[in-house]
Amino acid sequence: MSTTASESSALTAPAGEGRRSHRSATSTPFTRALGIATIVGMVWLIGFGLLVSPPDSLQKDSVRIMYVHVPTVYLAYLAFVVTAIASAGYLWKRTRSLVWDRIAGASAEIGVFFMAIALVTGSVWGSISWGTYWVWDARLTTTAFLFVTYIGYLAVRRLGGSHEARARRSGIMALFAVLEVPLVHYSVEWWRPLHQTKSVTTGEIDGLMLFSLFVGIVAFTLFYVWLLLHRQRVLHMEDAMDERGLELALAERRSEGDT
Amino acid sequence: MLSIARSVAAKDLRIEWRAKVLVNQVVPFAGLVLVLFAFALDNGGVVSQGDVRESVTTFVAPGLLWLAVLFSLLLLVQRTFALESADGALDALRVAGVDPGGIFLGKTAALFAELIALELFLTLGVIVFYDVRVRPAGAVLLVTVLISATAGLAFVGTLYGGLTAGAKGRETLLPLLVFPVVAPVLLGAARATEAALGTGGAAVSEGWPWVGLLAVFATAFGAAGTVAFGPLLEE
Repeated sequence: MSTTASESSALTAPAGEGRRSHRSATSTPFTRALGIATIVGMVWLIGFGLLVSPPDSLQKDSVRIMYVHVPTVYLAYLAFVVTAIASAGYLWKRTRSLVWDRIAGASAEIGVFFMAIALVTGSVWGSISWGTYWVWDARLTTTAFLFVTYIGYLAVRRLGGSHEARARRSGIMALFAVLEVPLVHYSVEWWRPLHQTKSVTTGEIDGLMLFSLFVGIVAFTLFYVWLLLHRQRVLHMEDAMDERGLELALAERRSEGDT
Repeated sequence: MLSIARSVAAKDLRIEWRAKVLVNQVVPFAGLVLVLFAFALDNGGVVSQGDVRESVTTFVAPGLLWLAVLFSLLLLVQRTFALESADGALDALRVAGVDPGGIFLGKTAALFAELIALELFLTLGVIVFYDVRVRPAGAVLLVTVLISATAGLAFVGTLYGGLTAGAKGRETLLPLLVFPVVAPVLLGAARATEAALGTGGAAVSEGWPWVGLLAVFATAFGAAGTVAFGPLLEE
């Protein structure tokens, strides 16, 4: 996908016109290599997840949902952490730059996407192994609240105003979300103190299954970084287009005044 | 900062006193919500827990009380920021160099007072409609819950009201932003109110840990809001 986009840009854009804001593609040799690595990782994951790794003694083949579910949950959390750090990067005066804001926005979008996948795969897995789609467990409930909170965050990003206003507003909101998460988590934990114990850290998991899970995490992390870089550049172009559109409209008004 | 907060709060309450939006619109709405909850939930069923037998509405009354407060909170927040965005009132305050932390605290204080008045009415409504009895032993807990939960709600309401003030589509955006954040307040306040009212045979002592959560929540968002309100407003 990335290769074709950059080839077409090489055809249309004359060589030497290397200014970032006027580039018509979002790929670089680095992201292209990253994209290929992602595809390799995903193919590897499919092979290990569906064929090589053994079925679970209790859950049989349904345990294979884990190879998508766990990496997507982990990545959604990682994406939201990146959003918070990038927001702090914008709000802190010494490092203030709209690049941080675009990284925060891109990361939140990807996080919401992965979290949707995680919630769907999780409830399918739950219906198979627990017999119900949903339990009011602290981890599940916190995850659902995070999902809704970041949908709200993305809506706040679209409120309009200048790019700086958007960056400040959404940056502050991203930091509020960091405040909200532990409060929601502990209140729900208190409310319903029943838990699924984590099995990854207690060492009960089969070695080959653990390795497949590791492959999944690596593949999805590569996918995340690839998406983040592209999405961040698309947002950069959108911002640049906004500014140019305004300049054009101003120029048109001025020329109307001249005649 | 505190004198600014006092005059902003006094201004908001004076406007409310003269316009009577709370009395004429929000309180009747909240009462209507209580009636509608009864229509939706009271199917004549009886809930028994231990040796306590209660009608469905009595059993869920604490949760419904706080849900009604949450719905009314949205109306009040929208009202209080509609006042500020009309005629560029907020811009005028900003240009005049008024401390934004003071504006935040003042608007929160006014919202707090309005919410408390509403909750007193709703508590009466719950007692009348849902056959709830307040025990003397639970009265202190009930008052503490009302105060601590309302403080948290007022801080968050003012904060997100300020965030969306003047933006397009804020009416639909505000619930999406506020409800996930105040979920711990709903949870804590409902459980603590159950303890105070003895719903389902709950003991009063079960409620106090939840009050701790409500206090932590109010403190966290109060502090964060005082710091963040200034950057939110400057545009």
